[in-house]
Amino acid sequence: MSRTALGMPAVRPVHGQGNLHAETAFPAAAKTEMGNTQMRANIRHATHTIRGKRANVVKELPDWQALRSAGSALKESVMANLPELLEQFEANVTARGGTVHWARDAAEANRIITNLVQATGSTEAIKIKSMATAEIDLERHLAEHGIIATETDLAELIVQLGHDRSSHILVPAIHKNRHEIREIFLREMTETDETLTSEPRDLAEAARAHLREKFLSTKVAISGANFGVAETGTLTVVESEGNGRMCLTLPETLITVMGIEKLVPTFADLEVYLQLLPRSSTGERMNPYTSMWTGVTPGDGPQDVHVVLLDNGRSAVLSDPAGRSALHCIRCSACLNVCPVYEQAGGHAYGSTYPGPIGAILSPQLTGITSAENASLPYASTLCGACYDVCPVKINIPEILVHLRDEDVRTKHGQRPTADAVPTEDGATAALQTPAGPQATAENTDGGRSTGSASGPAPGRVRRLFQRLPHPPSEMDLMMKGASMVMSSGRRMALAEKALPLGRAVAGHDRRISWLPGMAGGWTDVRDIPAPPRESFRNWWAQHADETQDRVRADGVVPGTGPGQPAGPRQSEEDDR
Amino acid sequence: MRIALFATCIVDAMYPRVALATVRVLERLGHEVVFPPGQGCCSQMHVNSGYLQDALPVVRNHVKAFSAADYDVAVAPSGSCVASLGHQQPMVARAGGDEDLARRAEAVAGTTYELSQLLVDVLGVSDAAEQLGSWFPHTVTYHPSCHGMRLLRLGDRQKDLVRSVAGVEFTELPDAEECCGFGGTFSFKNPDVSAAMAEEKIGNITATGAQVCTGGDASCLMHLGGAISRTGAGVATVHFAEILASTRQNPLEVTGPVELSIPGPTGRRHRTQAAAGSAAGSASSDAPAAVAADSGESR
Repeated sequence: MSRTALGMPAVRPVHGQGNLHAETAFPAAAKTEMGNTQMRANIRHATHTIRGKRANVVKELPDWQALRSAGSALKESVMANLPELLEQFEANVTARGGTVHWARDAAEANRIITNLVQATGSTEAIKIKSMATAEIDLERHLAEHGIIATETDLAELIVQLGHDRSSHILVPAIHKNRHEIREIFLREMTETDETLTSEPRDLAEAARAHLREKFLSTKVAISGANFGVAETGTLTVVESEGNGRMCLTLPETLITVMGIEKLVPTFADLEVYLQLLPRSSTGERMNPYTSMWTGVTPGDGPQDVHVVLLDNGRSAVLSDPAGRSALHCIRCSACLNVCPVYEQAGGHAYGSTYPGPIGAILSPQLTGITSAENASLPYASTLCGACYDVCPVKINIPEILVHLRDEDVRTKHGQRPTADAVPTEDGATAALQTPAGPQATAENTDGGRSTGSASGPAPGRVRRLFQRLPHPPSEMDLMMKGASMVMSSGRRMALAEKALPLGRAVAGHDRRISWLPGMAGGWTDVRDIPAPPRESFRNWWAQHADETQDRVRADGVVPGTGPGQPAGPRQSEEDDR
Repeated sequence: MRIALFATCIVDAMYPRVALATVRVLERLGHEVVFPPGQGCCSQMHVNSGYLQDALPVVRNHVKAFSAADYDVAVAPSGSCVASLGHQQPMVARAGGDEDLARRAEAVAGTTYELSQLLVDVLGVSDAAEQLGSWFPHTVTYHPSCHGMRLLRLGDRQKDLVRSVAGVEFTELPDAEECCGFGGTFSFKNPDVSAAMAEEKIGNITATGAQVCTGGDASCLMHLGGAISRTGAGVATVHFAEILASTRQNPLEVTGPVELSIPGPTGRRHRTQAAAGSAAGSASSDAPAAVAADSGESR
């Protein structure tokens, strides 16, 4: 039998929409955020505390590295078999009386959920803290359709009442301290008065009273999911407060939004992740509440159960072998808590629902690197590697950051088509085939917070066309090109280094350079450069290589006569990665 | 042993004294040091800035320079650059479609050690005072640079060597494992965050009361030293190779204006003075370092 190669499908997976965009480039956004010294102090205190707790509970497990490897390997197998696992999951949920919905992007997910809530006749919903619903900007969409969704996670409630944005994956109100939280409660909760103190216990009690009424009266709950088990159709929510458990058990209708990457193959695989997740996120051996449900249990809990499987750019991430392990993320936020950049800049500087190191690789991949200012995110790291060390599923974040920087540079140089501008037969672009239509995509590029509502398509198209043109070389391009030329030859290095005395002249009498023009001014804005040496080592060595005896004698130590002869070499330490 | 020195571009051009200190320590142990003349840079600046294509000729050059040279092992006074050889060069070569170059890069990386790795793991140095005659009568704290710590897993090698130097009074740095904020081009692409990170690090350094902060990467030390210079915190940043090289007869001075030149004009008459590499942050070259000057003139 002869076979004809048909090639790969021409349609690229669509990129994500919603709260995934940095509208201001990271350096500028960080500068603004860093002006808030209270916020920085709050974040510093909180991250250092969680960091210490995590380190202590991780230290207890002798097989932590093996667990990380297992967590990583399992997610790799999930990504390799995603279509089959998703279908298996759907079949099992359906068999147990649940309903599965497939949402290609944020607009589709929002539409599905809104329809489901409207079908119940309710205009209210209670919410479990969920990154997926924040990503698709669900609350805003529901509000536009007259549905009020109340956050029940304490920190999310603080953010919601404060008309604020989350700044952390696990602790969304990490940027607020308890005095600021008291102010918000006093202002927004009608049942509180001046007697409310800023003691954590009092604040929690106020929130509890505020929410209890909601739990008992609301008929619809909306949740995310930490894991979905393909083998059984079971969904899992891991939490600390028990408010999630209330949402999962009391209402009549339960709608769960789950990113398609959240699957695990078998129930037994949860063993790995339920050890990794709490220790990595809250620094607890086990979280207080782990809820699991499989479809509908007649007469017990919600009788109308839905799962919305959300793509929103995940397939696009999956299509890049060098970046796809970002989908392994289990949203523990350990990488945020150890990141020195996050610690200084805070979560809002990243613009997206996903802040910190994981956000810096996930957001630009979900949206495409050309979207809004997301190309600035992969540069928001010193590549110190602390994130990789603590990641419970071993996502090599520094390596993916470098990969995305390369993608950004090549895209700007026109060496790579922008993923959301792939020509198709009719001359349109693949991205224009999204169900939301061209308007949503154009709006996405412009501002990010797509709701699928119509706006004029023309500016977006023009901009998109412009983005496809190669950029003229930047100052950085020229510097890199020049450095590449010089640094790829010892002879050219030696020649270039002859100019060092020039730098000495610039440094002048106090032997330091305190101002440089252009891009290098970023250095001298905050640091001096010492006066360069008169001569490079290379050029010095050319004259002095053979003076070994003099050097040794000047130091006053004669080889071979020292008291301690070298002992045997020591064994290299095991790499614990 | 015949040891090839990979100076690294920043040490070659800005911190020649660190390269010289590396040479002095190895020669003192009786090894021959050679400098493959074709060497340039490890390519890390290009790779970490996303310029993989421009990195390729730099990688090609490094592999060629070190494949052509005759040596037993190679050494560099930098954790970051050594890590780049193994972690990045093969990747750059493969991204450029050159599998042969990738293999050769792996081979070169396989025989290139960071200085403390070479001293401790290969040459069996565990006591710098005893085995190297190192003497440095100052209060010292130590910042472990990220790539040495997390990519090479150097552990306490650098710190233990410094602690074993005679005269060193060592103080631990709080939150030592936190990045100093250098990050290559990050330092000027995100200057505000970078400066805030440096400020935090410098706060921890000054809290130790140490006169000197040492480390294994000249780049991080340049960043910290530059920020200290701006704030006037009065702590010297010194590469640990220079502390190991410092002896009673030829001590490293750490006071006075920063002078990065190898001391003395490059004439033979002043050769031993030149060899007496006092350090970044040391006295000016016009003030010959200690005993070195008198022992040298007549040779």
